[in-house]
Amino acid sequence: MTLDPAPALDVDALLDDPETRIVVCCGAGGVGKTTTAAALGLRAAERGRRVVVLTIDPARRLAQSMGIDSLDNTPRRVKGIEPVAGAEPQNGEEREERGAAEPAPGELHAMMLDMKRTFDEIVEAHADPERARAILENPFYQSLSAGFAGTQEYMAMEKLGQLRAEGDWDLIVVDTPPSRSALDFLDAPGRLGSFLDGKFIRVLMAPAKVGGRAGMKFLNVGMSMMTGTLGKLLGGQFLRDVQTFVAAMDTMFGGFRTRADATYRLLQAPGTAFLVVAAPERDALREAAYFVERLAADRMPLAGLVLNRVHDSGAARLSAERALAAAENLDEARIVDQEGGKKALRTTPESPDRAAAPAERGSENDPRESDSDPGGSEDDSTAAADSSTDAAGRLAAGLLRLHAERMQLIAREQRTRDRFTALHPEVAVAEVAALPGDVHDLAGLRDIGTRLAADGARAADDDDGTRS
Amino acid sequence: MSRFQVVSGKGGTGKTTVAAALALALATEGKRTLLVEVEGRQGIAQLFETEALPYEERKIAVAPGGGEVFALAIDAELALLDYLQMFYRLGSAGRALKKLGAVDFATTIAPGVRDVLLTGKACEAVRRKDKRGRFAYDHVVMDAPPTGRITRFLNVNDEVAGLAKIGPIHNQAQAVMRVLKSPQTAVHLVTLLEEMPVQETVDGIAELRAAALPVGRVLVNMVRAEVLPSPVPQDVRRTDVAKALSRAGLGGARRGGLAEQLVDPLLEQASQYEERVALERRQRAELTELGLPVTELELLPEGIDLAGLYRLAAELRTQGVS
Repeated sequence: MTLDPAPALDVDALLDDPETRIVVCCGAGGVGKTTTAAALGLRAAERGRRVVVLTIDPARRLAQSMGIDSLDNTPRRVKGIEPVAGAEPQNGEEREERGAAEPAPGELHAMMLDMKRTFDEIVEAHADPERARAILENPFYQSLSAGFAGTQEYMAMEKLGQLRAEGDWDLIVVDTPPSRSALDFLDAPGRLGSFLDGKFIRVLMAPAKVGGRAGMKFLNVGMSMMTGTLGKLLGGQFLRDVQTFVAAMDTMFGGFRTRADATYRLLQAPGTAFLVVAAPERDALREAAYFVERLAADRMPLAGLVLNRVHDSGAARLSAERALAAAENLDEARIVDQEGGKKALRTTPESPDRAAAPAERGSENDPRESDSDPGGSEDDSTAAADSSTDAAGRLAAGLLRLHAERMQLIAREQRTRDRFTALHPEVAVAEVAALPGDVHDLAGLRDIGTRLAADGARAADDDDGTRS
Repeated sequence: MSRFQVVSGKGGTGKTTVAAALALALATEGKRTLLVEVEGRQGIAQLFETEALPYEERKIAVAPGGGEVFALAIDAELALLDYLQMFYRLGSAGRALKKLGAVDFATTIAPGVRDVLLTGKACEAVRRKDKRGRFAYDHVVMDAPPTGRITRFLNVNDEVAGLAKIGPIHNQAQAVMRVLKSPQTAVHLVTLLEEMPVQETVDGIAELRAAALPVGRVLVNMVRAEVLPSPVPQDVRRTDVAKALSRAGLGGARRGGLAEQLVDPLLEQASQYEERVALERRQRAELTELGLPVTELELLPEGIDLAGLYRLAAELRTQGVS
């Protein structure tokens, strides 16, 4: 059974659309999520938009690739943005002034989430100075804000909300934290919110408050016992720290919850596009399928799948099996050569009979190719020609084995992708061909951006073709 | 040989696979190893092609030579209730705490409590002895959180011991740290011969060392066999390569012939290969500078299945890792 190929994701259309205000890149660890986010940001900026990329934990090299030694909690402008030919300017006025071929370049800014700083800023913004100081100095707070399960996810969403509220940006590209599980970055805000609003907090703060109504009396006794237990378990000082912290934060809780809800709704709203990033490997695509399902369940708008590190070959019509068989032919010839003297191999290309023989072994040979090769080396029947034939044979065998490996890899990738496409045929896909090394500079990011957009551009052209 | 072996690594490097292979490799004749999972991903069950693991130690494999591998997926919430039960015999009170959201609080919100529970449970398995005073497991192997979080994860007990200055949690945290910082423990990092994973490994080891946690070895996963000499010989003429391909039965070597047309794409693949091999050599050199034992595991082209896992385990044994 052959599957219909997945629809192509038109990355440029997504980035150019002024309605697109937030792009969220999510996916398993190690699939190039952060690099994808940076490449998308750069491409959007070079196509005329004012972009900020919010990364969570970029490799140092990635920050350096954007010309920034270290990213911090404030957006830093990236230098070296160049307008892209063929991009459409954002508004009609500019189009008239500059002509369609020369859009104004946009701006790229990049920042890295500093969890603690973001948390501190929220406290400072929402509490009076004295209370803020009490919170910031609380040991429980210091530990909480420095990052444990959930804080990073929550602060990423908080920062996204802030950036959106600033209104300075045409487009915000967000990289998501490498979560323990796919759910965390969607769940964490709600979890923190429900904890802060929850009964447990009230128990910790002031058990007496809860027991206002008569019916709650029994519960109240239970709760005192509970705080007593917790005190024993955690140590009195720790519990007091928690209580002090909770009391100091009391007035802010409503705000946390409200903002967490607002950010969650922002993610669901039109104008947000989720991109699931994966590599054509079993685990990464399994995770990707899970993300797709999860986003659908939460009614989050999925734009498509970015498939990084896809391999192809310029010689794809030569199958792995034929390449290996041919490599063996060459090895055998060399063994024969070594056993029976140099004669056999040297005469091979020179004799029409012998040249025809291996050609018959191939399955789809053009008849006109069975003639002997007029390469012109027939006359150099010297030792040098011998060794060069030998060297060429060895090299060719190696090239064929390398090619067989490549073709097997391509076939494996295709199988994993087919499995994903079978489960989620509706998900548009943008493929990025594998690079031999890592990205070190803007040119590298730009190259990835070009690769990201290539599929979609081709598909758009095809559409135009059928319409006209 | 350390009894507690912690396996970490950047996402995508195959740390779960390597942890599982290590558990198999360590289970030599008559030995028992416990493979522990802490991130709730059920990666072990997938690898061993069994149903999802409950919060319970169960045998999942017999290693070559007759040793046994047990597996445990630690669930923080159940581990917490375990502790409450152990320390306070809180049956119904535990459930009440759960109702109130206290368990949620403790396992997902409170700083580090979750990580304390996970490391605590693993260390309990390391220290556990049977009635005759022998260790319940000869080795415990943990499929740990990724490199970026490993130091914090292992060190969280120090922090908690500082926060909770008295009480059983404090004592428990300190007991765990004693195991983790002793030679009984070794933290291994899995990497690939690629820039970002190697960089993370170098950074991760510096962090582990700064926290006085015992670093074990670097395990380089998915190492590709060399198929071509590198650098690719430059003195071979294009036409000779075309002729060789033609001799091998791939069509004509003349200009426009099938074999001739293959030369450029094949040489292009070779130059990509060369670039990659050169990059891998640089990464290998960087890893060597760490002054740690480095173990390389071959790439299994067909991906990892149960047979592949046993092959990796055999390779680990051959290389003397177990």
